[in-house]
Amino acid sequence: MNKNKEQLLNKRYKAEKRFRLYGQSAIFMALLFLTIFIFKIFSTGYSAFQKTWLIVPVTFDAELMMLEQNPSKEDLKDADYYDIALKSMADLDPNANEDQENELKRMVSYFFEREIKRELLNDPSLIGKTKDVYLTASDDLDQVFKGNYPRDLPEDQRRVTDYQLKIFDQLVEQGRVESKFNLSFFTYPDSREAELAGIASSFMGSIFSILVCLMIAFPVAVLAAIYLEEFAPKNRFTDFIEVNINNLAAVPSIVFGLLGLGILLAVFQLPRSTPLVGGITLSLMTLPTIIIACRASLKAVPPSIREAALAMGASKMQTTMHHTVPLSMPGTLSGTIIGLAQALGETAPLILIGMVAFVNTIPGSPLDPAASLPVQIYIWAESAERGFVEKVSACIMVLLGFLIIMNLFAQIIRHKFEKKWS
Amino acid sequence: MIKINSKNVDVFYGKKQALFNINLDIEENQVTALIGPSGCGKSTFLRCLNRMNDVIDICRVKGQIIINDFDINDKSCDVVRLREKIGMVFQKPNPFPKTIYENISYGPTIHGMAQSKNEMDEIVETSLKKAALWEEVKDRLHEPGTGLSGGQQQRLCIARAISVKPEVILMDEPCSALDPIATAQIEELIDELKKDHTIIIVTHSMAQAARVSQNTGFFHLGELIEHGSTDKIFKNPENKKTQDYITGRFG
Repeated sequence: MNKNKEQLLNKRYKAEKRFRLYGQSAIFMALLFLTIFIFKIFSTGYSAFQKTWLIVPVTFDAELMMLEQNPSKEDLKDADYYDIALKSMADLDPNANEDQENELKRMVSYFFEREIKRELLNDPSLIGKTKDVYLTASDDLDQVFKGNYPRDLPEDQRRVTDYQLKIFDQLVEQGRVESKFNLSFFTYPDSREAELAGIASSFMGSIFSILVCLMIAFPVAVLAAIYLEEFAPKNRFTDFIEVNINNLAAVPSIVFGLLGLGILLAVFQLPRSTPLVGGITLSLMTLPTIIIACRASLKAVPPSIREAALAMGASKMQTTMHHTVPLSMPGTLSGTIIGLAQALGETAPLILIGMVAFVNTIPGSPLDPAASLPVQIYIWAESAERGFVEKVSACIMVLLGFLIIMNLFAQIIRHKFEKKWS
Repeated sequence: MIKINSKNVDVFYGKKQALFNINLDIEENQVTALIGPSGCGKSTFLRCLNRMNDVIDICRVKGQIIINDFDINDKSCDVVRLREKIGMVFQKPNPFPKTIYENISYGPTIHGMAQSKNEMDEIVETSLKKAALWEEVKDRLHEPGTGLSGGQQQRLCIARAISVKPEVILMDEPCSALDPIATAQIEELIDELKKDHTIIIVTHSMAQAARVSQNTGFFHLGELIEHGSTDKIFKNPENKKTQDYITGRFG
C-alpha cells in the first residue's frame, strides 16, 4: 500500500518534469528559429547601410561646361555637366579606347553628373580648378567591394568586366574607394538601379497609409465597440453582429484588397496606387481588431465602477464617458497599435489596389502615388540585380524595427496607464 | 414619519420570482436594518429603492414604492433625479480610480451643485468630515482614492454618497469586507448620519443590526416574514422563523 503510494508520487513528479522539459524545448525551438531568422536578415542586410564611393578628380572646365565668364547661379544650374563628368571618368585611364571609356563610365551610377553638379553649386569658386568628388559606385562594384560578388566567375558570366575590375583595384590601392554610411537608402525613392534605390517613397507611403487607416478605423471602431458593449440591448440581432465582427477579423486580407479594387477604385474612382485608398482598405481590415480589443477592455472594467457612477445619479452616457471609457483606453489603444502594426505589414491588399507600381517620387500627401514597405520588399525581391538582395534584407530590418517600436509603444501604454482598482 | 412606503412589490429575474408581495414602511431619520439568510432577497429589495435593478436586463419590478408621495416605479420618474435623492453604498468599497477629491466632487459636479471652486472645496470638506475621514486624508486629497485602506475606502464611498445631500442612504452590507475596527467606525458613522438622512442597511450580522438599527425587517425566501422595531424583533419575535433565525438555528 505504502509502496504503491510512493510509486504514484514518483510518477507525478516525473510527469511534471517531463512537462517542464516539453515547455522548455518548445521555447528553445521558438528562440532558435527567431535567432536564425534575425541572423540571416542581419548578415545579408547590414551591408546595405554602407555605400561604396569612388573618389574621382574632376576638373571643372568652364569651356566644356559651356559657361561664360562670371556665371550667375542660374547659369550654373543650366550648365552642361555631362562632358566634364564623362571626361573625369575617362581620365582614370589615359590609354583607354572608346569601348573602355564606356566601361569606365559604367563604374559609377548614372547620377554621377548630378553629383558633380551638386559639388559645384555648393562651391561656385571651383570653376577652372580640380577637386576630388565622391561618386556613387555602380551596384556591381559596390557588391565587389563588399565581398558579395564572386570574382572567380568567367568574365562573360559577370556584369563587371575584367577591365573594370583592374581599374577598380588600382583605385582601391590609391585609397580612392571609400565606404560610407548609406544615407541615400533612407532619402531616395525607389530606383531601377540598386545603388540609387531607397525606401523614402515606400516609407512615406506606409506612414500615410497607416495615418489614413488610423483616422478612419479608430473612431468608427471605438464608437461601434462602446455602443455594442454599453448601450445596445443584448438580443439575437446584436449576437449576430458580434459573430460577424469576429468573422470579419478572420477574413483573408486579399479579400479586402478586392473590395478596395472593386469599390474604391472602380465605383468611387479614387486615385490609384495612393496611400488614401491603401489606408481605407487597411482600415476595413483593422476595424474588427480594434472593435474586439475595445470591447474586451470595456468588459474588463469592473461593474462596480459603473454601479458606483449610476448610484451617484450619473446618466448612462455620463457613466460611460466619465468612467468606463477612460478606464478602457489603455487596452483599446494597445489593441489599436497592434492592429495598425498588422496593417503595416500587410502586402496582398495593397498589391491589388495598385500600390505595387514602380514609384520613383517621394509622396507629399496621401493623394500621391506611393509604395509601402512590405510591397517594396516584394518589388525588390523580384529584381534580378545582386545589389537588391541586401536591400531586401535592409528593408525588412526597417519594417521590423518599425513594428518593434510600435509594439513596444503598445506595451508601454498598457503598463503606464493601466489603473489598479480594487 | 414614514419616508418610504412600499406596496405589493414583486420582483422577477426572468421567470423566477425573487420577491413576493413586499409591504414595508421605512421611518424617516431612522436606521432600518434588513436581515435574513443569503439569497432571501434583501439586497434585491434595497436595489428597488433607487431602481438599480434597471441595470439588470432580465429584472422586472412590480408594485408601488412611494417616496415623498411619488411612485418611483412610475414611468414619469426620472432615474437620475431619484438617485440624486437616494444615495447608495455598496458591499465592496468601489471608489472611482481617481483622486480622493475627484471621488467626492463627482456627484456635485454632474448635478451642478457648486458654482465655484471654493464651494466645491467646501462640499468636499464637509462630506469628508461627516464621513469621519477628513482628518486622515486632508493632506492627500489629490492622491488616488484606491490607495486608501479598505475601511477608509468605504468611508470615502459614504462621503461620496452624502456629497449630493441625499435624503435616503442605502447600504448594502457596507461592512462585510472590513475588519472589526473599521466596522466599528462605520457603525458609529451610521449613528451620526441618521440625524440628516434616512438609512436602510442590509446586513448579515444580526449583532450589527441590533447595534445600529431602530427598525428591522426579516426576509426569508423572497418574503418579508416580519418587521417592526429592532427591540421587538430581537427580543420578542412573533414569527417562529424569525425566532429560529435570530437564535441561530438556521441561516
